[in-house]
Amino acid sequence: MTVKMSALSGIEGRKVDVLVVGGGNAALCAAIAAREAGASVILLEHAPRELRGGNSRHTRNLRAMHDRPEGVLVETYGEAEYWDDLLRVTGGETNEELARMTIRASAGLPAWMEAHGVHFQPSLTGTLSLGRTNAFFLGGGKALVNAYYQAAAKLGVEIIYDTEVTDLQLEDGTVRRVTAVSRGFPLTLLPRSVVVASGGFQANVDWLKEYWGEAAENFIIRGTPYAQGTILRNLLGQGVQQIGDPMQCHAVAIDARAPKFDGGIVTRLDCVPFSIVVDRDGKRFYDEGEDVWPKRYAIWGRLVAQRPGQIAYAIVDAKAAKLFMPSVFPAITGATISELANKLGLAPSTLETTISTYNKAVQPGNFDGSKLDDCKTMGLEPPKTHWAQTIETPPFIGYPLSPGITFTYLGVQVNERAEVLMQDGKPASNLWASGEIMAGNILGRGYLAGFGMTIGTVFGRIAGAQAARHARN
Amino acid sequence: MPDSQILVEARREMEICNACRYCEGFCAVFPAMALEREFSTPDLTYLANLCHNCQGCYYACQYAPPHPFGVNVPQTFALLREESYRQYAWPAPLARAFEKNGLVVALTTAGTLALVLLLIGTLTSPGTLTSAYSGPGSFYNVVPWAAMTIVALLTLLFSLSALTIGGLNFWRDAGKNLSLRSRDIALGLLDALTLKNLGGGGHGCNNSDESFSQSRRYLHHAMAYGFMACFAATCSAAFEAYALNLPAPYPLLSVPVVLGIIGGAGLIIGTSGLIRLKIITSRAPAATELFGADFALLALLWLAAASGLMLLAFRATDAMGTLLALHLGLILSLFVLLPYSKFVHGIYRTLALVRNAAEGSN
Ligand SMILES: Cc1cc2nc3c(=O)[nH]c(=O)nc-3n(C[C@H](O)[C@H](O)[C@H](O)COP(=O)(O)OP(=O)(O)OC[C@H]3O[C@@H](n4cnc5c(N)ncnc54)[C@H](O)[C@@H]3O)c2cc1C
Ligand code: SF4
Ligand code: SF4
Repeated sequence: MTVKMSALSGIEGRKVDVLVVGGGNAALCAAIAAREAGASVILLEHAPRELRGGNSRHTRNLRAMHDRPEGVLVETYGEAEYWDDLLRVTGGETNEELARMTIRASAGLPAWMEAHGVHFQPSLTGTLSLGRTNAFFLGGGKALVNAYYQAAAKLGVEIIYDTEVTDLQLEDGTVRRVTAVSRGFPLTLLPRSVVVASGGFQANVDWLKEYWGEAAENFIIRGTPYAQGTILRNLLGQGVQQIGDPMQCHAVAIDARAPKFDGGIVTRLDCVPFSIVVDRDGKRFYDEGEDVWPKRYAIWGRLVAQRPGQIAYAIVDAKAAKLFMPSVFPAITGATISELANKLGLAPSTLETTISTYNKAVQPGNFDGSKLDDCKTMGLEPPKTHWAQTIETPPFIGYPLSPGITFTYLGVQVNERAEVLMQDGKPASNLWASGEIMAGNILGRGYLAGFGMTIGTVFGRIAGAQAARHARN
Repeated sequence: MPDSQILVEARREMEICNACRYCEGFCAVFPAMALEREFSTPDLTYLANLCHNCQGCYYACQYAPPHPFGVNVPQTFALLREESYRQYAWPAPLARAFEKNGLVVALTTAGTLALVLLLIGTLTSPGTLTSAYSGPGSFYNVVPWAAMTIVALLTLLFSLSALTIGGLNFWRDAGKNLSLRSRDIALGLLDALTLKNLGGGGHGCNNSDESFSQSRRYLHHAMAYGFMACFAATCSAAFEAYALNLPAPYPLLSVPVVLGIIGGAGLIIGTSGLIRLKIITSRAPAATELFGADFALLALLWLAAASGLMLLAFRATDAMGTLLALHLGLILSLFVLLPYSKFVHGIYRTLALVRNAAEGSN
């Protein structure tokens, strides 16, 4: 404790070149870039060391443009195609200038990352479709975060865990003073430049409730509990220009037995396209076979969030049991539909009716799980338009589904130098942003696998370098 | 037999890993795991023995403690491996040697040392231990030829049989009735000899923290190849003594002595380095309850090598008798303990690598 206290009193009130708020990918890239540009850097991470790294520690890959095969990235993925993909998922809710800059800069990322200790691996089994566009981190996001922390420490970045920044005092577009709570003690710093990289506000259930009401109590947060949005709210309350729909969050349907926070990737359920999904009342409510799963992955969170009790149940029979990745939670099984219904807490008679109505509507077809096949229902509302197979071979299997929140879209507006913009359109004089807290500038809606890490790395590097330059002038 | 606690834990962790797979690039364990949907007991035994304990997947794990999922694959697999050493040991009652294995190794060594001294005491004239000898055949003045040969040969034969039977027991369960082609065996052996999987996907192991290093791999190479060189030295000495009728000791520039020096040096470097790494390693991903067994074998190998080199250095002095007795006692202990110490991991690991190669090519 004495060591920690003296470390703390060592920085209290100190003038430092660059202060980085946050401890995930975006923060680390900024800290490294700033230190390499010659600035003294302090990084404040809310989480304790063992839980450092925010949502970044749950990631697995990053999307990088490449005009020829490079490292683990196969074939080519050019700017035009990348931009088309982004345009499609966002439906145009993006800033083309920032987006294209990010896409172009993504080409140089793998080399920079490797130079700072990140290793890559070929795309994971079951994700072959991403091998062309996305570079996978060896060991996943936590290994990446570990590598960056090591690189940062080696460069001389001062890293302080267990420290929540509570206030960036803005006067006329300049941050004058930074207040934090460090291991329970108040801490004040007077940095020349500040980079905010503190993620979204998805772990702040009270804030989510402002838009979703009591339903938000039943949401599961897929990533870090430390994404409380404290600094986002602090800045938006001081005249910083906001961006992104505050009502929206990226939500997927995950296993309802997941822990409240930090369940990460393993809580996902890929069975929806091969199942029927019923709500608490035992009724279907949406076309489960609308499109291939990666494209429909993200709408099911919202769909389940809108059902009573924010819960739903995916039901398959033995035929379909092996068509999807195993779940981390055991399948709930029943020899009969009514036994399964009882185990799931559904009314057996309703579920039996739902399934027999569905079975009668299933048309003959050639089942093919790998593409949009011709197995569909007829005369059923809502229909199931692909992969519709009867549910009749015991054992019957059920998985409970809850909305799992990945991230929120609300953020601070920035320009191409990562400078945070005030409501009057002028940049703040010593404040930069990177990562989830500004991703809404580019990804205003939807989701593009691996783009979050790309944004954080590109803007982290820019923010760090700019912040260092300002501090040293 | 109900599944042991550690088996249940290994199954739980593998189910989490199988839904995650982020560590796929580290080693053979994760791709092998991904072939299964449910984990039978032999599958888990196989995976545990396939694990080289590089610890990469602990530091990379988003579900490592204090996460409520508490995934710690290297620790769990180390404990499960140890269970499999007991399960497959032959003869079965001697499986108990793996409980408190560090103590067993120490007591066995004390026992063999005493035995050698006793043999010398009863079979040779007084003062033998403290006299210097030189010239061909001088070692046999200390330990009579027949006694040395018979004791060593019988022990070694028994130990090699026990290792073989243990290996067969393991394969019967974990081999999955795979039909092996010579290519699979060759590939498995190559993986064992290169320790490819100790490379953490090419970047090395984690020794004490998040950073990667190849040092453990290279130290293990020094030790393992040193061991083999020493074994070859012993064999060539036996060949010269029995086939060519040239009794030990041998000149400095003879095959047995050169091999012995190289091997001994490799063993000393390897075991010293590995002991050091074991001391500085982080306890979090380790199975500390097995450290006794780990240290004991490393120490025994170190002592055997050191006494051998000392014997070589001082064989012309009157310390020769004592050193020879010491060295032979340690070697005898090593022979006895081959099937009842951490040494067995080499057998099961190689067999697991062979299954892995066979499954990969099927
Ligand atoms: C399960 C899951 C899987 C994902 N997989 C991928 C993927 O494969 N590829 C991809 O590109 N994206 C993925 N994403 C999205 C990705 O996680 C984010 O886009 C990215 O991690 C954002 O990085 P960041 O550094 O901005 O935020 P974070 O990594 O969330 O970091 C925010 C940091 O700020 C700290 N912090 C917050 N408030 C404060 C404060 N007041 N004071 C001090 N510190 C504070 C937090 O503790 C945390 O360390 C995934 C998300 C989840 C949940
Ligand atoms: S060790 Fe952890 S990160 Fe690695 S595959 Fe298993 S659960 Fe995933
Ligand atoms: S060899 Fe290393 S990465 Fe593979 S399972 Fe063992 S500890 Fe984990």
